[in-house]
Amino acid sequence: MSYVKSLQCKECQSEYELKPLTVCDNDFGPLEVAYDYEAMKGKVTRESIEAGPRSLWRYKDLLPIEGEPKAGLNSGFTPFIKADRLAAELGVKELYIKDDSANYPSYSYKDRVVAVALTKAIEFDFDTVGCASTGNLAHSVAAHAAAAGLRACVMIPHDLEEGKIVATLSFGPRMFKIKGNYDDVNRLCSQIADKYNWAIVNVNLRPYYTEGAKTHGFEIAEQMGWRLPKHTVSPVAGGTILPKIWKAYQEFITLGIVEDNKPKIYGAQADGCNPVVTALREDQELFHPQKPNTIAKSIAIGNPADGYYVIKVIKESGGFGESASDQEILDAVKLLGRTQGIFTEPAGGTTLACAIKLIQSGRIPRDESICVCITGNGLKTVEVMQGQFAANPTINAKMSEFDELVKQMEETHPSQSPATTA
Amino acid sequence: MADTVIVRIPTALRPQVGDQESLDVAGSTVGDVLSSLNGDYPEFGKRLYKSENEINRFINIYVNDEDIRFMENLQTPLKAGDEVSIVPAIAGG
Repeated sequence: MSYVKSLQCKECQSEYELKPLTVCDNDFGPLEVAYDYEAMKGKVTRESIEAGPRSLWRYKDLLPIEGEPKAGLNSGFTPFIKADRLAAELGVKELYIKDDSANYPSYSYKDRVVAVALTKAIEFDFDTVGCASTGNLAHSVAAHAAAAGLRACVMIPHDLEEGKIVATLSFGPRMFKIKGNYDDVNRLCSQIADKYNWAIVNVNLRPYYTEGAKTHGFEIAEQMGWRLPKHTVSPVAGGTILPKIWKAYQEFITLGIVEDNKPKIYGAQADGCNPVVTALREDQELFHPQKPNTIAKSIAIGNPADGYYVIKVIKESGGFGESASDQEILDAVKLLGRTQGIFTEPAGGTTLACAIKLIQSGRIPRDESICVCITGNGLKTVEVMQGQFAANPTINAKMSEFDELVKQMEETHPSQSPATTA
Repeated sequence: MADTVIVRIPTALRPQVGDQESLDVAGSTVGDVLSSLNGDYPEFGKRLYKSENEINRFINIYVNDEDIRFMENLQTPLKAGDEVSIVPAIAGG
């Protein structure tokens, strides 16, 4: 059975039927799925969740689907890592990485939202699914659509990284490259959704789609041993994931699944696209849109539709926002790779770089638990790393040349040089 | 009568303007055009405005594909034939 009650306007609480609707007729406020938490009490428990599959569908009772899941059966339940080497480097006591760069099938947090959205698209009888995307969402929609036998139409800015484009095309979608930035693509998509009977996951399925992002937060809580990190640092692009991680924490608290440790949540953006962080710094309720200019293209959204709620949730929690320069982002990508063996995209570098700045400025205390949300994979954006590593000379297959190179590397790569043979 | 601009209405607001996809409206600024629409279609206005001088934060207004917040907001000047689009904010990434 499903615990879903209705769609509800986040502003005026007007209720709507569970249909492909996006905004409230009265005030254009976003619609959100409402659940019957009373009915869940005693039934949705640690034990009921632990008995579920090792995927995001173990949280099915807290997701807005009617029947059985029909997409993303292997999505979610990504690694949660106690990052001790990184913690030592940063001088903090307890640091975790929630690693959605290893999500299935398309290596980003988007596999969560798409698993839910495509299940709903099938429930609503759509044969075509689509999205406006900075790359990761398009990749995920195309992958899940191929597996589910749906037609995919993905709309992206024309200048995305090659890795994202090739990986997406391999799933056979119709790809529409649009001149302009994500915000231009997004606006076009809302007009497309008005005209074509497609399930555009982040437009007409948005209330369902966004619920999938909660599973990132549920997993953090479960994998931490049914408790919440005191401080969670999340990237902010369109503004979906951060309020949904927060909602996940609050739902678990409401259901008595975790203790309320008064968690705080923090938003990370790139200096070249930081409308939400700017609003937080200036203590504004509303953000002013920006024209993005950053290497972190996955999060280059200058007019975040849910930015208002990101600001609200961060303020309520007592958290804050931070932004990072392109070089700080690249340095953080390398740091995460070097200390933990995780290769993230610049969006992940942004989140870590901002977490570091929040620690250094004292906003996040060094002796409390911290979780950094890594939402995408570096293999899709390899071109940004060009020039970031020392050149590696090629040698002939001769022992003498090898010995010489080992000696050189001991000088240039002291921390990474192989141990010399006995 | 001043020259007119074209105002594109999103699906969600069409019932409030007699099911029209677009309207020709006279006015020299975005604010003029929208208050003229508000006068003709008060139900439309109720949804468009948060307060007298403030647009509902969940609605974005574009003039020829540029968000008015990058220009002069409601004071953004218009010339004949300009296209004003009213678009509900949507998420993504």
